Amino acid sequence: MTDTHDTRESARHRAGSAGEDGADGAGLDARLVVERGAFRLDVALTASPGDVVALLGPNGAGKTTALRALAGLIPLSGGHLRLDGAELDRTPPESRPVGVVFQDYLLFPHLTALDNVAFGPRCHGTPKAAARAQAAAWLERMGLAQHAGSKPRRLSGGQAQRVALARALATHPRLLLLDEPLAALDARTRLDVRAQLRHHLADFEAVAVLVTHDPLDAMVLADHLVVVEDGRIVQEGSPADIARHPRTDYIAHLVGLNLYRGEAQGHAVHLDDGPEITTTEELTGPVCVAFPPSAVTLYRDRPAGSSARNLWRCEVAGLETHGDQIRADLTGELPLAAALTTVAAAELDLRPGATVWAAVKAAQTHAYPA
Amino acid sequence: MTPPDKTGAAADPRTSGPRRRRARGGAPLPLLLPALIGLAFLVLPLVALLIRAPWRSIPELLTSPEVWQALKLSLICATAATAVSLVIGVPLAWLLARVEFPGRGFVRALVTLPLVLPPVVGGVALLMALGRNGVLGQWLDATFGITLPFTTAGVVLAEAFVAMPFLVISVEGTLRAADPRYEEAATTLGASRFTAFRRVTLPLIAPGIAAGAVLAWARALGEFGATITFAGNFPDRTQTMPLAVYLALQNDPDAAIALSLVLLAVSIAVLAGLRDRWMTAS
Repeated sequence: MTDTHDTRESARHRAGSAGEDGADGAGLDARLVVERGAFRLDVALTASPGDVVALLGPNGAGKTTALRALAGLIPLSGGHLRLDGAELDRTPPESRPVGVVFQDYLLFPHLTALDNVAFGPRCHGTPKAAARAQAAAWLERMGLAQHAGSKPRRLSGGQAQRVALARALATHPRLLLLDEPLAALDARTRLDVRAQLRHHLADFEAVAVLVTHDPLDAMVLADHLVVVEDGRIVQEGSPADIARHPRTDYIAHLVGLNLYRGEAQGHAVHLDDGPEITTTEELTGPVCVAFPPSAVTLYRDRPAGSSARNLWRCEVAGLETHGDQIRADLTGELPLAAALTTVAAAELDLRPGATVWAAVKAAQTHAYPA
Repeated sequence: MTPPDKTGAAADPRTSGPRRRRARGGAPLPLLLPALIGLAFLVLPLVALLIRAPWRSIPELLTSPEVWQALKLSLICATAATAVSLVIGVPLAWLLARVEFPGRGFVRALVTLPLVLPPVVGGVALLMALGRNGVLGQWLDATFGITLPFTTAGVVLAEAFVAMPFLVISVEGTLRAADPRYEEAATTLGASRFTAFRRVTLPLIAPGIAAGAVLAWARALGEFGATITFAGNFPDRTQTMPLAVYLALQNDPDAAIALSLVLLAVSIAVLAGLRDRWMTAS
């Protein structure tokens, strides 16, 4: 209990830094303490309406426990939970203005997509016909109008995910919780669904909290990242911030992505503030480009006859050791993070202020619609 | 397991034929012999029933008013006992499967006790509880003028007492296998726990409930010991088929055989009906 004061302090600080006052107004203000045997979860979360917060962490870190505590499916051992100024700690799950998209969606198998979405409004007292009309409108919005009469087992993974999202949104929650929303999808559908989900979350006017172990999902979908390890928050901030300055080895290995936004024209992506990146994907319009620090190769001198189209002149701003890896924080033509072995770093004689050439193969970049 | 084996044998009898024969011949005699005796032991009585059946006089025997009475009473009482078991047994199964409370294991053991208890003991116990001088029966008689022993309602109670554990065990098993997170999903959508049960859980476990109900119904239909002890043996009031069979055996063996055949037919129908359910459910 001695750290309560500290945590409160930092929570308020975070709320302030998020730009709006989430502590005693609209939005989410929670400190979730759940004790289960030897495991103890203690995380503070604040968010303003319209925020998308991602809880990111390895398996067993307590992300899903936090989500279940927010939904009221497990009781809090301590802390508090306020949503739009209302205390929810003791409120049973059915009375909380919270919508949940479960990891495997949990669509009721005996009901059609339409009746799945109408279930929430029906439980809130909407007459059957009106509830079904609302559900139909939601499915229409998700582009699923023609699947309204389908049972869940006839839906593809991406369709089921959208039905689950529609079902959660149909009760007009003030807090939307998504548990690994993309984990059940194969790599191809994932790309589409992620873009759609991003679009729907951008439209969502209340607080959304999503849980994921995939840094890319977190970075694309959320504007605030909370990294949880062993039941505690180890770092939080904007995706770019965390990617550039990972504070633990886990974050360095998993979250340490270089992420940029820009405008795609075929294989070339013109970054909003910077040079051009060549990718293997062929896209048009606003996109994100990501590549891991390990994809970056560094040279002391401009490599002659290099096949890499993505070559930038940079300056070493900082060096950090993470296990047997060294992360170089680079500024210059393109700010980026590079990971290399200690041996390689020694051979290159890297030190802050040194000038290097950074190359990335197009095949190691990953572009997707923003 | 069997279908692929069968198709394999059909597709290529030359390769799979000898292998199958060797597998069968490989069963050691000390195991094979008792196994065959065991099979015969179970099947032979039923075959004997068919052999000795007075086929020519059966239509006449089965249309006699006594048989018809007993059959009708049996069907009504077994169905009513199943209905009673459903109304109180399904919630009991839900309680055992979904709510953690101290002594849950003990309660489950209590529920399954009638499964192993000799039905006659069940009948005696029912008399002690609901008989005219029973713990509860005395009060029922004095307050409402209700007496249950030796009535048709008594038959229903005796059958329900013996049959309900089958339903509870079956439904509880289905509930345990069903994903409780569907109920959680329902509550996050604003459903109370009861609404979640009624609109989500109940439809999901319907196959298990149906299987349990059929099992309980079959058990109730064949119930003898508890019924004769608690409800007696009065034609048209408490004399169900098994009681009629027992009585008929003493003065009209042919009628007993005919009645037995009817019960055998019902049992086979139940088994056939359940087979698909069990295969798809598990």
